[in-house]
Amino acid sequence: MRAGRRLSIPNWIGTVPFFGYVAVFLLWPTGIVVYDAFKNPAGNFTLSGLTALGNSQVRGYFIGSFKLSLISAVIGAAFGAILAYAIAAGNPDGMIRRLYLSVSGVLAQFGGVTLAFAFLVLIGPVGLLFHAGWYFNFPWGITLIYAYFQIPLMVLVFLPAIDGLRVQWREASESLGSSTWQYWRYVGGPLLMPAFLGALLLLFANALSAYATIQAWEDQVPYTVPQQIYNSMSSEVGLANINYADVLALGMVVLVAIVMTGYALLGRRAARWLR
Amino acid sequence: MSALIAAAKAEGTLNVIALPPTWANYGTIISTFEKKYGIKINSALPDGSSEQEVDAIKSENGSPKAPDVVDVGLAVAAASTSLFAPYEVSTWSSIPAAQKDPSGLWYEDYGGYMAVGYSSKFGTITSLNQLLGPQFKNDVALNGNPTSANAALNGVMMASLANGGSVSNIGPGVNFFAKLKKAGNFSPIQATGASIKAGTTPVVFDWDYLNLASYVGVSNWKVFIPQNAVLGGFYAQAINKNAPHPAAARLWEEFLYSQAADGGQNLWLEGGARPVEQQAMTSNGTINTAAASKLPAVTGTPVFLSPAQSTTAATYLATNWAKAVS
Repeated sequence: MRAGRRLSIPNWIGTVPFFGYVAVFLLWPTGIVVYDAFKNPAGNFTLSGLTALGNSQVRGYFIGSFKLSLISAVIGAAFGAILAYAIAAGNPDGMIRRLYLSVSGVLAQFGGVTLAFAFLVLIGPVGLLFHAGWYFNFPWGITLIYAYFQIPLMVLVFLPAIDGLRVQWREASESLGSSTWQYWRYVGGPLLMPAFLGALLLLFANALSAYATIQAWEDQVPYTVPQQIYNSMSSEVGLANINYADVLALGMVVLVAIVMTGYALLGRRAARWLR
Repeated sequence: MSALIAAAKAEGTLNVIALPPTWANYGTIISTFEKKYGIKINSALPDGSSEQEVDAIKSENGSPKAPDVVDVGLAVAAASTSLFAPYEVSTWSSIPAAQKDPSGLWYEDYGGYMAVGYSSKFGTITSLNQLLGPQFKNDVALNGNPTSANAALNGVMMASLANGGSVSNIGPGVNFFAKLKKAGNFSPIQATGASIKAGTTPVVFDWDYLNLASYVGVSNWKVFIPQNAVLGGFYAQAINKNAPHPAAARLWEEFLYSQAADGGQNLWLEGGARPVEQQAMTSNGTINTAAASKLPAVTGTPVFLSPAQSTTAATYLATNWAKAVS
């Protein structure tokens, strides 16, 4: 029997479907948005869209978006991390852990009009529980609503990292005489920091792109960029300007790029001890 | 006409867009047309806005799912004439000259007057200034954001007319809503059927045909139109130049403008909207007088915003609205 040459298929072939999907549904639309951001409604090339980014109203939208995303991400990360730690500390096969994980899986996706309506009916102007005077306050009113899906998302994403903390490390640290604070400061903290920062970035991006929830919460004042993008795209009173919406979207892409750079730098520093 | 009906039946389908079934009786209009001619109607995106309708024409061009006909606000119609095919329905002369495009590219269909609907728990309201009182805390809402939605922009304009403004000046209307906000009475939520039923928005500025108790779904709902602040707003029909079903599209228009007892004009009237041929039909006796008498009373001459005035108002709102109500 003659030995035939084995057909050698490179390893990366398996990733082609995924990258194909990413290219079609992420890169191509982003490319269109960036391309149209440099055109005006008549179809001509222009930089005036970019100068619009400089005006104070637009600055307001970006500051609002950034503020809301940062605050809700930090609150979600802090409370979510504590909750994840509490779950991890319990029985790994126990009822509590399974219950909290299932509930987190559902609540992390609960958003949009239904979530906003639920809060409106509970603590809104004619609330069943009570009327919260701060309900329509930006950012705290909407942050409370965002926390409802940010905290479960944090639990889902951060729990595996906490599970990775071996109990032997705690024991070793204590047998060398460390206190709880010293353990977290020198052992647990540094170990968890890269994962914590990654989860924080995820929560930030999640809040930044959230649109349906805040639009259902209130739609008279565009506090965030996605709300103004909606107004620019679907205005039926003559203020529709798709190119302006594209410029705002380009601004959001730049904002995320800046945040991710910051994350990369911070993450390198946090994982310093691994190298 | 019979050739048109035959051609339309041969096509067998009609694509419409952004026609909510409870809006101006569209549910009945659609089912009446389907039964009468045996043509299936595909109704896409019922909660879409006028801008989304013309966007669909552009983005779906060439597809068999593209909208055949649209029902849009005047500003959008006037700005999108390059997408439409001219057509004059058989009752063209019954449409007032000011309410149609001379080349037949768009033609107004139905409309109403901007009104304030409110829960009867407030008693009877007769003037806008009463809405500044303390019993209306967090209660007064618009149907959307005025920089985006036609109904909301006309709500602010009506408030302007009632407070000394004019169709060229929406400033007093913005000031009125700023006063409402300061008094704590302005609600920043979009008023929808759900919010009205939940009692969250018991006072709503909206077209009178959208403030009917039957449309809103709440039995104790009343409506008033402020004296001498009668702002009319009509929508417009147009046919897609590249409609996938051109004969069905034209038959649909003939049906909508027909003055028969079960034609579009009377069906709109039954939905609480004022059909564009109302004057002509009242003269020739084809109007459904019972339905006509149920429309809310008006004192004063109706005024209408021209597309230019609408754009001027929108531009003013773009810079001043968010500041006024935040």
